[in-house]
Amino acid sequence: MRFAVITFPGSNCDYDCYRAVKDHLQCPVDYIWHREHSLKECDCVILPGGFSYGDYLRTGAIARFSPIMQEVMAFAEKGGPVIGICNGFQILLESGLLPGAMLVNRSLQFICKTIYLKTENNKLPFTNKLSKGQVVRIPIAHKEGNYYADQATIKELEDNGQVVFRYCDAEGSIKESANPNGSINNIAGITNKRGNVLGMMPHPERAMESLLGSADGALVFDSIKNYLSVR
Amino acid sequence: MLTAEIHVTLKDLVLDPQGTTLKRSMETMGYKGVEDVRMGKFIQVKFDSSDRKAVEERVKEMCQKILSNPVIEQFSYTIAEDK
Repeated sequence: MRFAVITFPGSNCDYDCYRAVKDHLQCPVDYIWHREHSLKECDCVILPGGFSYGDYLRTGAIARFSPIMQEVMAFAEKGGPVIGICNGFQILLESGLLPGAMLVNRSLQFICKTIYLKTENNKLPFTNKLSKGQVVRIPIAHKEGNYYADQATIKELEDNGQVVFRYCDAEGSIKESANPNGSINNIAGITNKRGNVLGMMPHPERAMESLLGSADGALVFDSIKNYLSVR
Repeated sequence: MLTAEIHVTLKDLVLDPQGTTLKRSMETMGYKGVEDVRMGKFIQVKFDSSDRKAVEERVKEMCQKILSNPVIEQFSYTIAEDK
């Protein structure tokens, strides 16, 4: 079971992801530079957070055309698990692997804080170690996390159970006051219809040890390992 | 030689947090009668060609593929001889 962490110029959470896989999951992992044309022998692709290409034009808009993204798209099409975190999520949206787009946060501010998330779908490669409705504490750090899609797309996401995580309060209520960025329906993470591509704004790789505030993010990584070992 | 001047703006249905904030700010400053403010991008692309039809085709494709995100944005452009 091998993981690939894609590194773009401006990625800055690649090392955290690498460490989450190597130290926590104890699995082999490769950094793959965005100019490469092969994912090697990988079983799961991680698109890490950061500011690929300085967020020029739109977040993720230029990274989406990096050579390695062709391989990531082919991998996803074959059903391989792909997780995009923060800027990785934005790249997945720009590449069309996930529907919708990101707008600037309602407050226009870069928000860096630990928030609560409600697990809406625990039947995925990325969430099978969570229970449905489970509330987890994971940090966010972004300026463009205000998820937007037209009404028809939102309805489809909701009807198909493609909304994976929602911003909530400590008790798990989905409230406007618990919505940090203005995201439609408090959406924090979505999956594609097939369930093998996950995009999420919060950073599970920054919540791997209780010593550092929360170990809830480890559940996402544990889920992937569990999925890959039993499939 | 031709130059394309491209405007990319948020679709009318999409809320524009930057425009809204600017509008509020203008009102605070005392400007009256500001009905709406929308922010967008201006992009200038110079071509080494004078073939207007071919350039226009390329501009349109660039706008659709990378310069705008069709989920949230719309674009318009003008193409003119280099000054």
